[in-house]
Amino acid sequence: MLALKDVVRRVGGRTHIHPTSLELRPGGFNILLGTTLSGKTTLMQLMAGLLPPSSGRILAGGRDVTGVPVQKRNVAMVFQQFINYPNFSVYENIASPLRVARLADPQVRARVGKIAELLQLTPFLGRRPAELSGGQQQRTALARALAKDAELVLLDEPLANLDYKLRESLREELPRLFEDRDCTVVYATSEPGEALLLGGHTATLHEGRVTQFGPNGAVYREPVDLTTARVYSDPPINTAQVAKRGGRIQLSETVSWPAQGALAALADGDYILGLRPHHVLPASGGNGGVQVEGRVLIAEISGSESVVHFDLGGMTWVSLSHGVHAFRVGETARFTLQVERCFYFAPDGARTAG
Amino acid sequence: MARIRLEALRHSYLKQPARDADWALKNVDLQWQDGGAYALLGPSGCGKTTLLSIVSGLLRPTSGRVYFGEEDVTGQPPDRRNIAQVFQFPVVYDTMSVYDNLAFPLRNRGVPPAQVDARVREVAALLDLEAMLAQRAAGLTADGKQKISLGRGLARSDVNVIMFDEPLTVIDPHLKWRLRSKLKELHQRIGMTMIYVTHDQTEAMTFANEVVVMHEGAVVQVGTPVELFERPRHTFVGHFIGSPGMNVLPCEVDNGVPRFAGVPVPTANAATGTRAGARTEIGVRPEFVRFADEGVPVRVVRVADAGRHQVVETRHADTVIRVLLKEHETVPAEHAHLAFDAAFTRLYVDGWVAGETA
Repeated sequence: MLALKDVVRRVGGRTHIHPTSLELRPGGFNILLGTTLSGKTTLMQLMAGLLPPSSGRILAGGRDVTGVPVQKRNVAMVFQQFINYPNFSVYENIASPLRVARLADPQVRARVGKIAELLQLTPFLGRRPAELSGGQQQRTALARALAKDAELVLLDEPLANLDYKLRESLREELPRLFEDRDCTVVYATSEPGEALLLGGHTATLHEGRVTQFGPNGAVYREPVDLTTARVYSDPPINTAQVAKRGGRIQLSETVSWPAQGALAALADGDYILGLRPHHVLPASGGNGGVQVEGRVLIAEISGSESVVHFDLGGMTWVSLSHGVHAFRVGETARFTLQVERCFYFAPDGARTAG
Repeated sequence: MARIRLEALRHSYLKQPARDADWALKNVDLQWQDGGAYALLGPSGCGKTTLLSIVSGLLRPTSGRVYFGEEDVTGQPPDRRNIAQVFQFPVVYDTMSVYDNLAFPLRNRGVPPAQVDARVREVAALLDLEAMLAQRAAGLTADGKQKISLGRGLARSDVNVIMFDEPLTVIDPHLKWRLRSKLKELHQRIGMTMIYVTHDQTEAMTFANEVVVMHEGAVVQVGTPVELFERPRHTFVGHFIGSPGMNVLPCEVDNGVPRFAGVPVPTANAATGTRAGARTEIGVRPEFVRFADEGVPVRVVRVADAGRHQVVETRHADTVIRVLLKEHETVPAEHAHLAFDAAFTRLYVDGWVAGETA
């Protein structure tokens, strides 16, 4: 099990990682979710021992491993910029950690064969990395990390350069692959959808800080602040200034709704509302929710889902709905805000109620 | 601007192609209307980049012709085709200002300075780059740089078509939405022919009015996103488009009625063209499968939380059948039955939808 205690990483005058304490969940997937430069890679390099922290401690299985270099730790890594042994065949690349562990040939063959099959590399086992496409090279690097029997496996956006469909099947297979292995997996991604599907626990990262850590679904459905809600929404979460006054939440002069439940106890004042696009639906009759009218800016139909960007009081809102809903650009259309799904944040971003 | 027509294109990277697999493009006929928004969609190795290179003139096809309007351009070099290309990695001159980057293709063609200035400002306004015209390109974010690549394509008024080759691959998801919307909006405003090459179905489907799906060097279906989703002509299209893809279940056809697991499965198409020994399958998307009191008996294996919906994996014997449920819907306990929406369930023979010829 790996834990960070008040770990800080400074480079020159800049803080790349602000004081961070994190206890990774052993034997499962721990996902670091954040945009480029949010600190995912730095955090992983600290965990691996590739970078020393400026202060704080790193514990592995209760043992202090701060400052222990990566060579002396049982860690496997795959980075977005993959690395392979150029003079080895794909087979020998995947087999290399097994050779180091002195596994017998039949065992090596069985293990390499199984992993190659999973990553669709079987036809290429005899080739050198230079003879492969970028995606195949990345899969080779991934295969080698999977072959190694490491306590800590660090995967830094390992699927980012792969084809959509291959990514889809690997997202499903990867967690299964680690199911019966006693290792802690850390997986960095910039895609909320990927984080959700992989399951396990998620830490949301923003500008070098972990904003929340917990079971996937809980972080997604109960974000503690606006930053977390933003990091964990794709398409981006709709946000708007609202005011609570006279027992109602007011979005504009004409649009308001009663402040019910936990909202009733909220002090009057200004708040920021957050509502995910799939809770803003094309209005089809008056069944619940709050109806608004907006001017259609962009209409996209993906086949299974419709995405509409519309202007509401000078702000762009996005609606995402199941099925095909045809809209004409420029027309005024009605939408339903499922306000019971709204999050409310204080002006400083902290979640208040709802 | 012109209509683009590809006629019987075949291409092989080998000197003497012999087998079917030696062809990167097998036999492609396509038409792109002036002003349309198109996507070329397929996995890596499907031939989409080869096709793009032939249209842009970087590659001469082994056989077949390329027409822009009535003109045969098959033998013309890229610089005479008036094509703008936006690549996966932004091509930007870091030491130049945003303004000079946008002006570059125009100055290169000897456009008078006053016209250059007017055009650069117009393009900057389209792309929301006005505020940063004086800024050096080096300091921009990835999506900012990609906008400049795009702007350089838009700056020229003599362009026949803009081609995008995986333009959003290096862009973060939350910026992807913005840039994709911007592309779509641009297309709606300027009506220039745009061809977007990608392996990402979401990008293809949201951007294009018409999507060309490619597989192993051939075009398997051309259609609107809705057609591809609701009426896949081939099981490959059903699998490749949609996330998760279409369920493909091996079936028997008994007196014209498809049966899976002994249960008759009503389909939208008739079982014509089934001959002895043909591979018969039922295709139904997870969106059109629901839990019911009777139907195909299954075991619920696992549930994946995808945020706005849940993907439920069920199994009948060894066959996996996925079901899509809404965010807060209840998933039945281990044993359940499935029913398929007949209007969106089809019979496929040797991969192709029954009743249509390949």
